[in-house]
Amino acid sequence: MSLLAVHDLAVARGGLRTVEGVSFAIDAGQALILRGPNGIGKTTLLRTVAGLQPAVTGRIEMPEDAVAYAAHADGLKGALTVAENLGFWADVFGGGEVDQALTAMDLTPLADRPAAALSAGQKRRLGLARLVVSRRPLWILDEPTVSLDAASVMRFADMVRGHLAQGGAALIATHIDLGLDAQVLDLTPYRARATPAARPAGFNEAFA
Amino acid sequence: MIALLGRDLRLAVRAGGGFGLGVAFFLILCALVPFGVGPDTAALQPIAAGILWLGALLACLLSLDRIFALDHEDGSLDLLATSPLPLEGAVAVKALAHWITTGLPLIVAAPLFGILLHLPPAAIPALLGSLLLGTPALSMLGAFGAAVTVGLRRGGLLLSLLVLPLYIPTLIFGTEMIRRGQEGGDMGPPLLFLAGITAGVLAVIPFAAAAALRVNLR
Repeated sequence: MSLLAVHDLAVARGGLRTVEGVSFAIDAGQALILRGPNGIGKTTLLRTVAGLQPAVTGRIEMPEDAVAYAAHADGLKGALTVAENLGFWADVFGGGEVDQALTAMDLTPLADRPAAALSAGQKRRLGLARLVVSRRPLWILDEPTVSLDAASVMRFADMVRGHLAQGGAALIATHIDLGLDAQVLDLTPYRARATPAARPAGFNEAFA
Repeated sequence: MIALLGRDLRLAVRAGGGFGLGVAFFLILCALVPFGVGPDTAALQPIAAGILWLGALLACLLSLDRIFALDHEDGSLDLLATSPLPLEGAVAVKALAHWITTGLPLIVAAPLFGILLHLPPAAIPALLGSLLLGTPALSMLGAFGAAVTVGLRRGGLLLSLLVLPLYIPTLIFGTEMIRRGQEGGDMGPPLLFLAGITAGVLAVIPFAAAAALRVNLR
């Protein structure tokens, strides 16, 4: 059964269509990697699938409460410790294993350190560890490897592989090769054509 | 939801959280007024109720923009929106956390500041009652303003302009209740109005604020 099915999706950023006519499906145990040049709309597409913004046209089918979303901002509070940050998200998402997540991203030695005192890469690892405690089947990841070192990238790839092996799925926008056995979808052919009809002059987004 | 409340309270009392700032502001305001209008009872007593309520209003306003702005900056708001927590519930919990960190200390400190302004002891119960009934509405309306202005840079001033007019009914009935308490009049009508406004605000605003947040997250 497919965890996520997208039919003929068009998304818009700032009122302008970025990609249109995108269709794909992800089954349990599969990962799909999105590629494409800067500005093509990878982030917008991911936010739309995650339900943070409405699609312009098209359908998105998935089970309710399936998505764990991780983007450029990790949602960390500098005044809380690593374990407290993770514990909070575990509580919100319904009680995942904090210790297991700390081990998965090699954060156990840092558990009692305030998140404000972490390096950029360590913060990112903490942000990714949140995926484990969320216990959601579908991970939507936007450039997950930014500021990670090579060892952490390998560790993260292992984490994703483990998630897929447990029947999860992942939709990842990334520019680097994670070494995952995954399908790749290049968004370049789906770039929205700038037709004047699609965007009449003086059209105000507020009335869309 | 309890986790969110716990986190917000913990963040407020940790370094840089701003816990107690509201009360300190309230204290300074109440201490400055006698310097401005003169320290005699005849000058202070008639305006004490108004000053106390205005102080509470402004102290509440001080920390409003933190309700959502910080969570928006670090991405927590996006994550909360994709979490199983309904956004309406998140708004209500965040307003509650704001009230506990700002409104509640104000209420506890208000009798003391009332004495600074020569408020007669007979009016103290009315002062406490009016603040207890009115301040939850201040926090909730503030959460709405914060939700509307969340994505804006320097949204704080716009937030004040949006929210202060909404505070007018609470201010009117709150001060009226203290005035009647002071003169030994019937406190019933302003008390009921105040309670009604707060109940209405608590019932409706979480939905409006959540809708505003959804628009701003796009």
